[in-house]
Amino acid sequence: MTPVQQELLIATGKVLVFVGVFLGLFSGMTYVERRLLAFMQFRLGPNRVGPFGLLQPVADGIKLFFKEEVMPEGANKWAFMAAPALAIVTAFLAIAVVPYGPTVHLFNRDIPLQIADLDVGVLFLFAISSLGVYGIVMAGWAANNKYTLLGGLRSSAQMFSYELSLGMSWVGAIILAGSFRISDIVASQAGWFIPNWNFFRQAPGFLVYLVAATAEVNRTPFDLPEAETELVAGFHTEYSSMRFALLQMAEYVNMMTVAAVGTSLFFGGWLAPVPGLQHVFGRDIGLLWFLLKMGAGLFFFIWLRGTVPRFRYDQLMNFGWKVLLPLATLNILGTAAWIAFSK
Amino acid sequence: MTLDAILFYVFAAAALGSALVVVGQRHPTYSAFALIVTLCSLSAVFGLLGSPFIAVLQVVVYAGAIMVLFLFVLMLLRVTREERPAGGGWALKATAIGLGAVLAAQVGSVLATVARGPGAPGFNASTVSVARLLFSPAYLYVFEATSILILAALVGAVALAKRDL
Repeated sequence: MTPVQQELLIATGKVLVFVGVFLGLFSGMTYVERRLLAFMQFRLGPNRVGPFGLLQPVADGIKLFFKEEVMPEGANKWAFMAAPALAIVTAFLAIAVVPYGPTVHLFNRDIPLQIADLDVGVLFLFAISSLGVYGIVMAGWAANNKYTLLGGLRSSAQMFSYELSLGMSWVGAIILAGSFRISDIVASQAGWFIPNWNFFRQAPGFLVYLVAATAEVNRTPFDLPEAETELVAGFHTEYSSMRFALLQMAEYVNMMTVAAVGTSLFFGGWLAPVPGLQHVFGRDIGLLWFLLKMGAGLFFFIWLRGTVPRFRYDQLMNFGWKVLLPLATLNILGTAAWIAFSK
Repeated sequence: MTLDAILFYVFAAAALGSALVVVGQRHPTYSAFALIVTLCSLSAVFGLLGSPFIAVLQVVVYAGAIMVLFLFVLMLLRVTREERPAGGGWALKATAIGLGAVLAAQVGSVLATVARGPGAPGFNASTVSVARLLFSPAYLYVFEATSILILAALVGAVALAKRDL
């Protein structure tokens, strides 16, 4: 094999593995979310299929496969079919630039646990998150139903408003690392977790990220695009069977991406909180640290859903533009001033 | 053919094809979606040319921000048909043919004069080099003046649209 073919093979393999892992995490996540949410509400949740109900995702998958695929009469067929695909593609594109662990040595080669270490990694994430809205807007518009259209419009307005704060919450971390490359930002947080993690050095930035990211993935308390009391189920009202599953999958993959990006930018990525814990028995366990931190982030999302009620629409808009955006701007100014005067 | 060349032709074809769809068919929302495809394909071409920064900005600014607003307006107004000016439209057709001829002449002159083969060696369009150029004395004041202009336009738009905040 020529070197180009080898590179191509490795890249393809990595893409397949990462997409596979995220798909597996998605099905696991549906189970964990339903169980945890049930426990928080003093219920049991799904516990019938398999031991502790662990096979519930499999049963759900089979059910969704065999359900009838409904196409609404007045729907725009082309857009209706393309929208879930668009949503899932943009969701999976974003996982490419996150570094999941240290470089591993396999088949006599050094393989970084990252699909693409882009020079503009953070900006790439921003670009992809700005494209993410199209899947939802298209789904809402194509079904030709007033509830879906309103859900789609709402979500585009919401994502558009919070995207700005989301992008600006990263700028502090970028300034501190002096690079858009995500692996550089991870490396800039090496050492003891206090005070090196951006979670401490960039506390306002992290707060803004937390709120904006929750709004960006349409999770409670920002799940207005699918507020069932007013909009039936929002943009995915008319979807059934596998297309519904794809939209759902996109939402969960987005949530996992948000947790992974938060881990990388604010919690030191795959680096151990204490330098001595990076290697156990001479092996680098960075991947485990990453999964642990990401898992904590995902748990937080579920916890939030079990705790906080939904916002009202005008509250959401006011908060995004009048509180979050100024806070993000002040954080950038403060960080920049600190860098300028401390050097 | 190298991988880059194959990818270039794929994305160039996608850009051209979707651009034809933008002007060729009559449904405004389809046109908007096709324009998004054009912009994303162009961004991929920028990336292949070795300027990831420009590639990403293309998506963030045009495909991500401006086109969302286009779509938003199209959907809010429920535009389903293209508004066509009344009358025979002979003047329109003549203008279109004239402008098309100008475009063809421009493309032809560029193709005739441009050197065939690989671009200039050592061309570096990384984020750092773009930033150094942008904040160098040559462009700094222009850059800052542009941002103030945009800010003024923003404030103006808000003031016009919402008289009481």
